[in-house]
Amino acid sequence: MDKFGMHNQTENLFAKHPGTGHADTTRHQWLTNQHRDTLAHYVADDSMALFIAMVEGESVARTRSDMLQRMRQPCGPAPPAATGT
Amino acid sequence: MDDDIKAQLEAERRSRKELAEAAAAARQGSGTAAPSAGSAGTALNEVKYDTDLYGSSDKYAGYDMSIDVGGDDDHIPQKDRFSITAPRELIEELQHAGEGADEDPLKEIQRMRGINRVIAERESDYQKRRHARQLSGDAAEGAAGTSYATAMRKVQLENEQAELVAKIKKAQEQAAEQADEAQPRRRWDVETPVHPASAPAKRNRWDQTPADIRPAETPRRSRWDETPRDAGGALGETPRRARSRWDETPVMAGSAFGATPARPGGMATPSASEIAASAKLGGAAQPVVADARNAYQTDEGLDALLPAEGYEIVEPPASYVPIRTPARKLMATPAPMQGSEGFHIPEESRRPDIELPKEVPGIGPLPFFKQEDMQFFGRLLDGQNEDDLAADERRERQVLRLLLKIKNGAQPMRKAAMRQISERAREFGAAAIFNQVLPLLMAPSLEDQERHLLVKVIDRAMLRLGDLVQPFVHKILVVIEPMLIDEDRYARAEGCEIISNLSKAAGLPAMISTMRPDIDHADDYVRNTTARALSVVASALGVPALLPFLKAVCRSKKSWQARQTGIRTVRQIAILVKSGILPHLRGLVDCIGHGLEDENQAVRLATALALAALAEAAAPYGIESFDTVIKPLWVGIRKHRGKGLAAFLKAIGFIIPLMDVEYANSYTREVMVILIREFQSPDEHMKNIVLQVVKQCVASPGVPAQYVKDEVLPEFFRNFWVRRMALERRQYYQVVETTVELAAKVGGAEVIGRIVLHLKDESPVYRNMVMEAISRITKSLGALDIEGRLEELLIDGVLYAFQEQAGEGKTVLDGFGVVVDGLGVRAKPYLQQITSALLWRLNNQNPQIRQQAADLVARIAPVMKTCGEDELMGRVSIMLYEYLGEEYPEVLGSILGGLRSIVNVIGMADMQPPIGDLLPRLTPILKNRHEKVQENCIDLVGRIADRGAEYVSAREWMRSCFSLLDLLRANKMSIRRAAVNTFGYIAKAIGPQDVLATLLNNLKVQERQNRVCTTVAIAIVAETCAPFTVLPALMNEYRVPELNVQNGVLKSLSFLFEYIGDMGRDYVNAVTPLLEDALVDRDLVHRQQAASVIKHMALGVAGLNNEEPVLHLLNYLWPNIFETSPHSICAVLEAIESCRVCLGPGRIMQYALQGLFHPARKVREVYWRIYNMMYLGSQPALVAFYPRIEDTAANTYRRYELDYIL
Repeated sequence: MDKFGMHNQTENLFAKHPGTGHADTTRHQWLTNQHRDTLAHYVADDSMALFIAMVEGESVARTRSDMLQRMRQPCGPAPPAATGT
Repeated sequence: MDDDIKAQLEAERRSRKELAEAAAAARQGSGTAAPSAGSAGTALNEVKYDTDLYGSSDKYAGYDMSIDVGGDDDHIPQKDRFSITAPRELIEELQHAGEGADEDPLKEIQRMRGINRVIAERESDYQKRRHARQLSGDAAEGAAGTSYATAMRKVQLENEQAELVAKIKKAQEQAAEQADEAQPRRRWDVETPVHPASAPAKRNRWDQTPADIRPAETPRRSRWDETPRDAGGALGETPRRARSRWDETPVMAGSAFGATPARPGGMATPSASEIAASAKLGGAAQPVVADARNAYQTDEGLDALLPAEGYEIVEPPASYVPIRTPARKLMATPAPMQGSEGFHIPEESRRPDIELPKEVPGIGPLPFFKQEDMQFFGRLLDGQNEDDLAADERRERQVLRLLLKIKNGAQPMRKAAMRQISERAREFGAAAIFNQVLPLLMAPSLEDQERHLLVKVIDRAMLRLGDLVQPFVHKILVVIEPMLIDEDRYARAEGCEIISNLSKAAGLPAMISTMRPDIDHADDYVRNTTARALSVVASALGVPALLPFLKAVCRSKKSWQARQTGIRTVRQIAILVKSGILPHLRGLVDCIGHGLEDENQAVRLATALALAALAEAAAPYGIESFDTVIKPLWVGIRKHRGKGLAAFLKAIGFIIPLMDVEYANSYTREVMVILIREFQSPDEHMKNIVLQVVKQCVASPGVPAQYVKDEVLPEFFRNFWVRRMALERRQYYQVVETTVELAAKVGGAEVIGRIVLHLKDESPVYRNMVMEAISRITKSLGALDIEGRLEELLIDGVLYAFQEQAGEGKTVLDGFGVVVDGLGVRAKPYLQQITSALLWRLNNQNPQIRQQAADLVARIAPVMKTCGEDELMGRVSIMLYEYLGEEYPEVLGSILGGLRSIVNVIGMADMQPPIGDLLPRLTPILKNRHEKVQENCIDLVGRIADRGAEYVSAREWMRSCFSLLDLLRANKMSIRRAAVNTFGYIAKAIGPQDVLATLLNNLKVQERQNRVCTTVAIAIVAETCAPFTVLPALMNEYRVPELNVQNGVLKSLSFLFEYIGDMGRDYVNAVTPLLEDALVDRDLVHRQQAASVIKHMALGVAGLNNEEPVLHLLNYLWPNIFETSPHSICAVLEAIESCRVCLGPGRIMQYALQGLFHPARKVREVYWRIYNMMYLGSQPALVAFYPRIEDTAANTYRRYELDYIL
């Protein structure tokens, strides 16, 4: 039977979170999620946002907005399937 | 002669081949072929014959090549065939007797026992209307077939038609009435008008618009059920019988008989109405098959019947499709009416069982396969080769197979199929899934469990499909909406869930445009369910999103139906969202406010109810939003009567509590006049509402007590405190509630004084009601204001009620306890009397009376202590002690309970009989198998062990220990827990060594549950007596080379670390070598148990500077991640989770990175699972630990912010 018989409820739980992965996740997908998580963390955390803004010499609001923009495609376009993994 | 036949056969074969080729070409051309064509195509064999020898098939040019099985209607002379036929009434009755007449005797038995799992059969008339709805109108394949405009037009057409039908019916009725006036009515059973509003008393349907008069269902089982129902009636119908009120009998939208427009070519699923019709007829069709003359004939039977030579077995014609829809089967082989040929003895021997397949190709054995399943899943049985089919068809079959597994399969099969269908939902596509599931859900033979499973399928599929479901929104709604008014709460919740997911997936515009046509539908049922569905959409997508639309609907000038639906939606929103409506309250009230003055009564009613729901949801805020409606409401209660008034009163009842003090006062006075007038109303609903409103008005602080005392009380008690009120449960509760509220306003003594005499009433139910009111009043207000004469009357009445009580109810007992409790010290003069009554009743022959007396002891023991009646109590407890030999377990349990409460108040030292005597009597009782006895006894023993262990010798305690071991196996959790705790107390009292020795010995026994409980007990002993007293012995026991013992030790350790929590930090180093050993053991269970020890240990010591040993253990644990047994992999993964908590996600991340992109899929799967668990658990913390990946040419993978230095 199923290897994770007792865990199949977790499958649904995982499915609700885009950041989780599975055996077929490509490197690019995984890293994109990592970047999004990281950016979300920076945007949400006041001190991190302030720190990054100071280093970049920008206003905090602009830094935040930039990071939000970047979350759309943080690592650039997905490579073609063959070279993905 | 012989040659001639051969030639004919040959010609036939050739023609078949041609047909097959044509069909194959057609299939390739269109891409999607109707299933019937496909199944016919492969039934052929491709054998070549010498055409030059046998000539061509020209001579059949002018003939039909096959028999048309679809059957033109006029070919079947159904009616004219019999010269003698049943009277017209009986035939008509048969047509109407749809639901009740089932042919399965087992079902009849189930029904008698009150079990009915088939949803359609226990639906009310109102709910049955769902069958009238059409599932797949003309949306072929679920593509966006129906545009909004066509849908609107269709509904408009249907509405007009329904109106017309109603008009015609009315005219006919009038005509019939006039004609009937001379002669008495014969068709009493058909013409009885049934208002769904009044039929089922328990269902609160009065707020619906009154439905038209509809023909009564006459479910009668008569001999006439055996004959097939005369389906010919449907043939002469107008082609499209739109939903009329007369559709109690299956709606046979003529399409089932080929009279109406043929189905669109690509549509694979039969329309809902067709299924409904055919399935309904299926019941009638069964007897046809079961009749020996029509019975299925096996090949062997035919071989035996027919001579072996001169005959040849021919292939069925090319275009022959086996009839699977029972309705058509009925049409094809009309069975003779019974009685038309006189009586004949049924031949039993020749009737073979109709065989339903137990095994479906590609699925394997199923637990059951019902007759009804044939319709939907018959396709899977036709033995076609799947490879020949088009991709679409193949996919549909796959879905069907999965659905069959889910519907009929056993649990493991079902789960696997469920997972598969949800994982591959996108691959299958929305059409393939929904076109199969939705008709199944409409099947009349659907059962609860099946519905639940199929709805789950929809939910899972929707989750995966996302916005691909859009074309199916309407169909899904049609199927799911009826669940919103189901009696079962879980079904309703399920329906809500689905619709809210659907609206999130499909989006607001799609939902609105799909539901818009149903809003002013002529059928109340459709409108009602639509309103509910809309409210679910509102709660899912937010009320403000839907508000503009609702506003427009509620103000619709065109039809009152639309207004009503809009207002109902608002009501449902209030019920669903509760206080969440507060931000939008004004908008919602404005949206419906004008409805109070609508010219249509149904709209006014709906408005008042919606306002009530809004006010209830908003309480205690938001009165300012209701400003605009207050005036029309108060004007309204003077204008209306009956139902309208009740609804208005309800709204007022909910608005008054929101008001400021002085407003509430003046408005209450105004409404009170009406309320008092309506006290006498004979209508049950009115009464309930009046009681409710009185309760709400009185609760408002602005209403002075004096006013209530003078104006309300006399009338209230005169009208409501009468014996009749106790008979109906709902009113019983309402009256008690309202009385309690009144007492809170005017004082308990005032109210109790008015009802106390009723305690001696002769009706036990009424006494119960009085008792409940008194006990609730005393509980909330105390008994301080009850004095002198009233006090005496009360005790007298309560005692009388107690002695006269009948049955099991706890009301009187509770009431007694509460009253005596409330009186406190003042109860002293009565205690003597009460006790003697008690003692006398303890001695009674009737076990129930003895039990009640013992229960009462438990309740009044605290008061006896307060009154200083220790001596009296001693007498009672000695009496109880003497009755410990009681044989009725229920009574024995109560006696033990009484003793326990006396021990509790009196204390161990002063207990009579002395504890030293009491416990030896209790030890044998511990062996009693009855749960109540066990529970009370273990409680008592536990308490003695806890507080008064020193009064009993150690030997006696050891003896109880052995009895306790048995209790560790009890079914009830609380008993096991109490037993385990008692072990702890005893161990504390006499030292852990002896108890532990007993327990460790117990690990060697065979029985698993016993061992498990022993391990728990060991852990408890360790917890109460500190772990260091137990651990050495326990770890020493691990050296016994016996699996059970070692596993028991590991399990004890696991419980031990669970219980001691952070105390475990001192023992981690001590147990590490043992765990190391267990983790490298060959035995799987060893490793599993060790993993669970690590789990509890790591959680307990998280953050306590014990990372080193935990990390060490993690290294031993990690290789176990590839375990395959569900229990062990579960334990291992949980242990890793705990290690994450203890060590931080960074460490686990380092471990997980090793395998995330491993070449072997099996490895990747496990590692990703670990990663996902970690990700869910501590995603933010992971940000710092993601590996650094260098950029590639196209992508930037570095997270350069991490390199910033200021």
